[in-house]
Amino acid sequence: MKYYLLIPFLPLLAFIINILLGKEVLRDKAHWPSILAVVGSWLVTMSILPDIVAGKVINEDLYSWIVSGKFNVSVGFLIDPLTAVMLVVVTTCASLIHIYAVGYMHGDTGYYRFFAYMSLFTFCMLMLVMANNFLQLYFGWEGVGLCSYFLIGYYFNKKSAADAGKKAFIVNRFGDFGFGIGVFMIFLTFGTLHYVPVFQNAAGIAGQTVNFLGWNVDLPTLIALLLFCGAVGKSAQIPLHVWLPDAMEGPTPVSALIHAATMVTAGVFLVARCNPIFNLSEIAMSVVAVIGALTMFFAATIAITQNDIKRIIAYSTCSHLGYMFLACGVGAYSAGIFHLYTHAFFKALLFLAAGSVIHAVHTNDIQEMGGLKKYMPITYAVFILAGLSAGGFPGLSGFFSKDEIIWSAYASHSPVGKFVWVLALAGAFFTPFYTFRLIFLTFHGKNRGAHHSDPHSHDSHGSHGEHHIHESPRVMTIPLMFLAVGAVAAGWIGIPPILGGGAHFAEFLKPVVGHPEFHGTHAEEFGVMALSTTLALIGLGLAAFLYLRKSDLPEKITKAFSGVYTVLYNKYYIDELYNYTIVKPTLWIANKVILAITDARIIEGVVNGVPGSIGWFSGKLRKVQTGLAQHYGIMMAAGAVFIIALVLLLR
Amino acid sequence: MVPLHWYMVLSVVVFAIGVFGFLSRRNIIIMFMSIELMLNAVNINLISMSHYLQDLRGQILAFFVIAVAAAEAAIGLAIVIALFRNKATAHVDEMKEMQG
Repeated sequence: MKYYLLIPFLPLLAFIINILLGKEVLRDKAHWPSILAVVGSWLVTMSILPDIVAGKVINEDLYSWIVSGKFNVSVGFLIDPLTAVMLVVVTTCASLIHIYAVGYMHGDTGYYRFFAYMSLFTFCMLMLVMANNFLQLYFGWEGVGLCSYFLIGYYFNKKSAADAGKKAFIVNRFGDFGFGIGVFMIFLTFGTLHYVPVFQNAAGIAGQTVNFLGWNVDLPTLIALLLFCGAVGKSAQIPLHVWLPDAMEGPTPVSALIHAATMVTAGVFLVARCNPIFNLSEIAMSVVAVIGALTMFFAATIAITQNDIKRIIAYSTCSHLGYMFLACGVGAYSAGIFHLYTHAFFKALLFLAAGSVIHAVHTNDIQEMGGLKKYMPITYAVFILAGLSAGGFPGLSGFFSKDEIIWSAYASHSPVGKFVWVLALAGAFFTPFYTFRLIFLTFHGKNRGAHHSDPHSHDSHGSHGEHHIHESPRVMTIPLMFLAVGAVAAGWIGIPPILGGGAHFAEFLKPVVGHPEFHGTHAEEFGVMALSTTLALIGLGLAAFLYLRKSDLPEKITKAFSGVYTVLYNKYYIDELYNYTIVKPTLWIANKVILAITDARIIEGVVNGVPGSIGWFSGKLRKVQTGLAQHYGIMMAAGAVFIIALVLLLR
Repeated sequence: MVPLHWYMVLSVVVFAIGVFGFLSRRNIIIMFMSIELMLNAVNINLISMSHYLQDLRGQILAFFVIAVAAAEAAIGLAIVIALFRNKATAHVDEMKEMQG
């Protein structure tokens, strides 16, 4: 039985039902098809999981999709350990977030639209991870991008949301362009797009060079870097990270599902999936590691100064995605995927808890919050758990995965290993700092929110006074609790041997991504672990000191280092840089060349010129029609004479 | 016996008169008569050639021309009468509704 097909196609069915019937028939019950479908997918995933754990790999072509000469692509599905991990992450997070969204989106005018797109997204994401060839991967890849665009621009009558949707879509074009060429290169090189033959023959291309734009470049490096282009765009790494913080304009469940737990991790999945190609190129691996480490560091530093609750978590997501790439870059794919897996739980939880806060106070600005602890005990508790897990506190999910990454960076043979290790340690310090800055500003101290309804507030509902703040309904808090369990315990399947665990996660993924060779003693491993944990505790302590004890100190520090603060607050001016180097010149060319010359002169010239000249000519020609019978007679006579003369002369 | 070329000359002269009349006169009835002259010039030509070549096809064609000319005259005169009812004139220069 191919019942595993239900995993992607149940959400597709839900999408079709919702998009056709949602508006008129289902209305405020539109969540039912979506939730049932995604929970069904989750159940099927769980039912096939034991087979996969036992070592079975499903790899089947369902039917030929495109056949053209040597080009032959099927719609096929591959479920191996890597896919299984992604399936668990996607279906679990999607189920809980769908349920949460029932409460969060309650009463929204586009209720059915929201659930329809969420289902479509789930379908595309599952197609992406279950594909057994690059073209189907690309299909899912673009599909999730499209749904991301739909859902970021969900509040489309708000200009900032519509702009953010476009930005996400356009920035992703840059990456996907490279990814597309990468897929072409794979076909040119291997003659097929199916994973199995490509990865089997990958070793054969080591050392080959290819002429690319006039340079002779190493073939594996080229393919790996082109694929990585796509990953950089989708996973919001430097230099294409700018779309992710803006994507927070979408509803919070969207941020949690698409822009934290699943879609943005597709880049990491891609790199891990293509590990046989990446392994051939030390340059590509180093690029992956360095890009990941730099993103991780810069995003973490930006997160410290932001005031929008969702943007802080978005930068945190960027930063954690950087961790995953860092791990992949030093060859520790299983550590990267492990972090992907734990991150999905704690980051989805952070977002949903933040959504719960926003739901209660109707603002995104943490400077207008404060003191919410007593009103929202459940949200507070899960926020603390998620924060501790994200910060890498011993015993929680985030700790095991993050520690494995830091240890991999330290112990790997990669030439950039030590460099990225230092940045990873800095990240280990910053993550708890900004997370707990957020928590302390939101939940502790006095409420700084407006106590009266303010028509100019961020939200159309107006600000709520402190006495109106209440805990979210149970349909929202129960998914939070389940995710909290994941944020705490999901990492327990990957406890390293040094702490008495079995590293089951790495063993499980070993057939797909292999196992890196590390050189390092147990003492070193303990030392690295102690160092990162200490840094994390210092980060937490510092946040507590600055925002609980000496709450006037942050302002003084801000004043003292105003230069640094301004740069960080403005996100290193990267948006401005792109605005002046890319957006403005593009718009200038569009206005002055495309619009003024190509469009107004050439295209309009052709379009208006052809009928114009025909009209002019016929205007002249119609003068021949005098209406006088004699003129026609003379014409006829002259014509007859002319033809006869011609016949006589040419004889 | 009248030689062939006399018939030919007669035919050419009648045809030329027809052409000249059609192009120079402005009265629509006269122009109509000029057309009949041209057709009959053709008939003379056809019949004389038919006799000269001892081929009956020429005479058959002449009968066709006569039949067509009769039909044409009937329709043409009907049109002329219709025009005259509207314009109260037979002068063709007055009839230039189709001027471009």
